[in-house]
Amino acid sequence: MIRRFDVATRVVHWATAVLTLGLLVTGTILYVGQLEAAVGRRALLASIHVWCGILLAVPLLVGVSLKGAGHGLRSDLHELSWWTRADKRWLRRATRESPDGKFNGGQKLATAMFGGLLLAQIVTGALMHWNKPFADDWRTGATFVHDWGYLALFVLVIGHIGRAMREPELLKSMSTGDVPVSWARRERQAWATRELVDEQSKTPTEA
Amino acid sequence: MASEPDAGSDARPLGRRALLGSLAATAVGIVFGARIQERLQRALLPITLHDPTGLSDLLPVAGRFRIYSVTGDLPSRSKEAYTLRVEGLVARPTTFTYDDIRNRLPQTALTRDFQCVTGWRVYDVAWAGVQLRELLDRVDVDASATHLKLTSFDGTYVETLTIDQARRDDVLIAHTLEGSDISDEHGGPVRLYIAPMYGYKSIKWLERIELADHLPDGGGYWEHRGYDIDGWTGRSNGGHEDPT
Repeated sequence: MIRRFDVATRVVHWATAVLTLGLLVTGTILYVGQLEAAVGRRALLASIHVWCGILLAVPLLVGVSLKGAGHGLRSDLHELSWWTRADKRWLRRATRESPDGKFNGGQKLATAMFGGLLLAQIVTGALMHWNKPFADDWRTGATFVHDWGYLALFVLVIGHIGRAMREPELLKSMSTGDVPVSWARRERQAWATRELVDEQSKTPTEA
Repeated sequence: MASEPDAGSDARPLGRRALLGSLAATAVGIVFGARIQERLQRALLPITLHDPTGLSDLLPVAGRFRIYSVTGDLPSRSKEAYTLRVEGLVARPTTFTYDDIRNRLPQTALTRDFQCVTGWRVYDVAWAGVQLRELLDRVDVDASATHLKLTSFDGTYVETLTIDQARRDDVLIAHTLEGSDISDEHGGPVRLYIAPMYGYKSIKWLERIELADHLPDGGGYWEHRGYDIDGWTGRSNGGHEDPT
């Protein structure tokens, strides 16, 4: 097995996932009239929604600021943020060959979309909740962005879960942290080679 | 520091730029979103009005009403069973029936925007009903009365108004919305509509009005959760525009 995600990365992922699902579920009820009519309890749902939103960025911020334990997360985020020509080729479907790094173009695109959408939702959600300093037009504008951002995020989350189901090795690696060597050699050859060399160079010193 | 991808020289920080781009797009959306929304809503009105599936309602451009309900069940009362009690500091406490409100009292129609305090807005909504002051005139309000407490038959929601606010021309005991009877979801059979105030003041499922000589209960449902007691659009809750 090869280590794909360390503990901090996995904890941050699942904490963020739970908060995001909480936001989507409560948001959907608040947004869809038929559901709101059936469920009601608007004050409670709204306060759960707002608290999930307030806490949303906390796991990530804590994770990246952990000195030792946050190293893997910082390095993953860094790699996800830097796009190579190979990533763009991958996205244009010119090639589906194993990418140079740990992530392929699709994973980088998904990360950028998650980051961009969640940031937009946090900003507009905060404006809608702490609305007093803002004119009605801005509140209406924030609601407009928040609504479309919600629909986009909904599609993105479905897509994300769908992709994960289609690659069980990846889904498993987000809970156990490891991928099988065979998967890594097949799908991420350059990364697998680097990781295995690192392992070997470490082993003698530890022994 | 984290290692750069091996492809090195051709790598670009597009992920970071995506975040900055999203912030910029969000800012543009906040400032211009209301105008875009209005155009889209008006342009799509012929479609959304006649969409038999109701699916277009799920899109933000439809300019639909959002259903806000603070209790667990959707309140429902038939027109036959419906009554509106006006009591408290009045000489003649009176129970009005749906028929009184619909047919026996002078009718008023109003077309105004509906504005929620958090931002959603429906343009040009047509309401019909009886001015609240018509009811007040018929119960002989005591000179000592300064406030009204309005109660919903959802069992929880309460709103308050001052006497002067209640006597405005644009405050309706509404029974008709966009030409149809007001449905359960929209607060029917009878609800309040206060044109110059945010939506939370327009109490749904209106059941009782009590006249008092003080602000009842320290304000209404959302006022206890931080909203202004005088919910003028644009002026209260931090706003400063002209009321729509």
